[in-house]
Amino acid sequence: MPPTLATIVYLVAAVLFILSLGGLSRQETARRGTWCGIVGILLALATSIASDGVTLYGTVVLAMVPAAIIGAALASRVQMTGMPQLVALLHSFVGAAAVLVGFASYLVPHAGDTMTAAELIVHHIEVYVGVGVGAITFTGSIIACLKLHGTMSGKPLLLPARHLLNLVTVIVTIVLGVWLVQTDDVATGVMLLCVATVLTGLLGVHMVVAIGGADMPVVVSMLNSYSGWAATAAGFMLGNDLLIITGALVGSSGAILSMIMCRGMNRSLANVIFGGFGTADGGGGGMSDEPQGEVIALEADVAAQLLHDARSVVIVPGYGMAVAQAQHALAEVTRILRKNDVNVRFAIHPVAGRLPGHMNVLLAEADIPYDIVLEMDEINSDLPDTDVVLVIGANDIVNPSAENDPASPIAGMPVLQVWKSDMVIVMKRSMGTGYAGVGNPLFFNENTRMLFGDARDNTDAMLRTLRP
Amino acid sequence: MKLGIPREVHPEEHRVAVVPVTLARLIKAGFEVIVETKAGDRADAHDAKYVEMGATIAPDAAAVWSQADIVLKVLPPTTAEIAQLRPGTTLISFIQPADDGDRVQALAATGASVIGLDQVPRISRAQKLDALSAMANIAGYRAVIEAAHHFGRFFAGQMTAAGKVPPAKVLVIGGGVAGLAAIAAAKGLGAIVRAFDTRLAVKEQVESLGAEFLVLNFDESGEGDGGYAKVMSDTFLDAERKLFAEQAIDVDIIVTTANIPGREAPKLITSGMVESMSEGSVIVDLAAERGGNCQMTKPGEIIRHHGVTIIGITDMPARMPALSSRLLGNVHAAMLDEMGGGEQFTIDLDNEVVRGALITHGGTVMWPAPTPKAPSTEKSYAKDFGERPKSQIAASEATAMPGQKPGGNGLMFACLVAMVALLLCIGLWAPPSFVGHFTVFVLACFVGWQLVWNVTPALHTPLMSITNAVSGIIILGGMLHLTSGDSTAADIGSTHTTAVILGAVAVFFATINITGGFLVTRRMLAMFRK
Repeated sequence: MPPTLATIVYLVAAVLFILSLGGLSRQETARRGTWCGIVGILLALATSIASDGVTLYGTVVLAMVPAAIIGAALASRVQMTGMPQLVALLHSFVGAAAVLVGFASYLVPHAGDTMTAAELIVHHIEVYVGVGVGAITFTGSIIACLKLHGTMSGKPLLLPARHLLNLVTVIVTIVLGVWLVQTDDVATGVMLLCVATVLTGLLGVHMVVAIGGADMPVVVSMLNSYSGWAATAAGFMLGNDLLIITGALVGSSGAILSMIMCRGMNRSLANVIFGGFGTADGGGGGMSDEPQGEVIALEADVAAQLLHDARSVVIVPGYGMAVAQAQHALAEVTRILRKNDVNVRFAIHPVAGRLPGHMNVLLAEADIPYDIVLEMDEINSDLPDTDVVLVIGANDIVNPSAENDPASPIAGMPVLQVWKSDMVIVMKRSMGTGYAGVGNPLFFNENTRMLFGDARDNTDAMLRTLRP
Repeated sequence: MKLGIPREVHPEEHRVAVVPVTLARLIKAGFEVIVETKAGDRADAHDAKYVEMGATIAPDAAAVWSQADIVLKVLPPTTAEIAQLRPGTTLISFIQPADDGDRVQALAATGASVIGLDQVPRISRAQKLDALSAMANIAGYRAVIEAAHHFGRFFAGQMTAAGKVPPAKVLVIGGGVAGLAAIAAAKGLGAIVRAFDTRLAVKEQVESLGAEFLVLNFDESGEGDGGYAKVMSDTFLDAERKLFAEQAIDVDIIVTTANIPGREAPKLITSGMVESMSEGSVIVDLAAERGGNCQMTKPGEIIRHHGVTIIGITDMPARMPALSSRLLGNVHAAMLDEMGGGEQFTIDLDNEVVRGALITHGGTVMWPAPTPKAPSTEKSYAKDFGERPKSQIAASEATAMPGQKPGGNGLMFACLVAMVALLLCIGLWAPPSFVGHFTVFVLACFVGWQLVWNVTPALHTPLMSITNAVSGIIILGGMLHLTSGDSTAADIGSTHTTAVILGAVAVFFATINITGGFLVTRRMLAMFRK
């Protein structure tokens, strides 16, 4: 295939990727968007295989077939509640691939091309940046995956002088980079690259280890962004515009998602990355004046009756619902209530769950129609007219101290104002605090009822009461 | 308990405090009722009807005033009437204490208890006691009817065989009860209606009636205590005047309802604005009683100035006496209920409604009562409209960019400098091939930025997994190393083999990513249904 034709096909693929992301802006076009993405990547693959650069077809098959099977297996087996881990894991693969491509490209720059001195310097910088970003993405994503999976504790691990540690690592990496650009010796170069990979890998580990579980949505979208930048770096090394465009699309998408998440918590990105939340030094303010008082508990059958008698019900799901896998039982409850002419709606806080849009996916999986699933801003004004709010496994996102208590660590974070409704039923495992480690005065309100126990068991119990 | 209903002495006052249909309710509540003869004649309530419903007819006012324990009236009492008020009795009527301090003193001196129907606090519980709203509603409706009477065209636009008739454009100033009633009436007649009010809480109500709410580009809410408008600042008024001047040229009919309790009505329509209106236009000034919102208004009169009819009628509700009287009667009855009815009639100072409306009691002036709280619907301009004050824009931009505090201009500047320096370096020293790729890169970043902001939050997880799948495009990077290459030189051959292996492993990882990412996305999207 002539190189110009290949370039044109790459251009088509890039346009398809843009259409793909554009399609996701609405539910109606989202499926078409996925197809655009699939066609785009198939075109790009076919073109690269057909190009003169690729001749080892056996190796291609050997590498791709088992990988495709593994990928398909992962995707079809994963439970919707395990989605965050899978996404994080997949990010790590992009990181790993970027590191490997970086090494390969250092060894064999542009098969056969000769470069000017300046081009070689630029190429070395590109390789170095690509490997570095790739390594951070790789290790960071692995840690994020382990944390989300529960293999590692969600608590932030804070080494002493961690900012200094990070800074030193970055400086050493840059010094090594300068050295790499100046050396002509391939063996030294490879050695330097290896050291840099280890260093940046450690940086990735350290960065994600220090972030609390509640901030995982931000971290996952940040890693998403990094995986994009890694692809861009690879594109620069290979002089491939398609890689650059795609990487940039993914990179900016991840960056925006992180920003949206941060805004949902009324915090800056720097504040999330450098800690201060769910950590000892940040949580101190509100912990001292722990809300006190009696909580009123009730049983699942009473709760079911309350829901049944209400005219309007708003359900606020949180990570607890995901953990307990309560969404299917909840959907059934919703169906029965709606059949009885109860106006049931779902209120989704921007940072509910462990991924951006996590709750939406779970509710969709349980066949809850998306037009009754509303965003925080859409539903907050309706809450005062709501008879019953059912909070399932959510805590910080319905905490009134975010609005009332300026000393609270979550002060200023936009929250769902459930306490304005006539009655709030909170489904919760125990009286423990949320990820933010902040007590919640909502539980002590006189119009709040606590339904203790596993969200799944309680929802099932409610279902038994509601079923005719 | 004897209720007395005298005939209103003002010659233009056609209303009566209670009409026969309301009598049944009062008698059931335990009252005896004495009505002055011909009290309701002008409101289609004749003596015979009163008698039929159980009232006694008194031959003159003096008989009513001397026998009644509670006198029910419409207009504030005249000096002659006050003279007949006996100590220990009660008078329920409009009083307008803010307008006439002497009258209040005179009332207090009689030793009677006086309830001002116009002073009932505006709280939800007291809505049925809100005589002002009941009257304002009628006034607003009548204002439009009067305007229609003097306006020489249809309100609704029409296409007739004889030509096209444009619809009338009506501007209603003030979105209180009268204003809203005027909007509804004008809209009902088919006019194009615009409305303005300093209180933003009104916007929704105006729009619910199908009128357009005019906005000032200004940050101040006119919500005062108890849901009434308050006095606005000079800059606000300037902006307001400008808006009215623009509107005056355009509209055919202006209905003004801007009243501030206890003050002269604000002058909103200047003579210049009147003159700028087209001939045949009509202004109805519902604030005429307090001097009028229009500079040219003559209270109580209808005048023409530069071809514009200016209606300063102050007795709109009195022009629909049967309806007004009927509603007023209900308010009186509700007030008597509130005070215990005929059996347990008391003046309870702990009753928020009675206390609020009480003007004098036991010889002392009780007015004004402590003010009620501001309504919870209060909103500021900034919240409701796109035009935000500068300080707020700055604040919201700060939240739009995490990591930058409002005071972070220095940081922003440093970033800008760094960016310019970087671009300069690239422009000066980078090889041409790099510059080409760099262009593509920057443009792609912007495209991505624009695209992703449009994504609905519910699809953020699918977005993430699709971008993840797409970033598997890095497979090309691995793929391009899977070449048999030129292995003539031995040392190149060995590095080449290493590169091939690295490339193959990269292809392996990226493939997992591509298949996994797309399949997961499809699985997720398949679940979203309406």
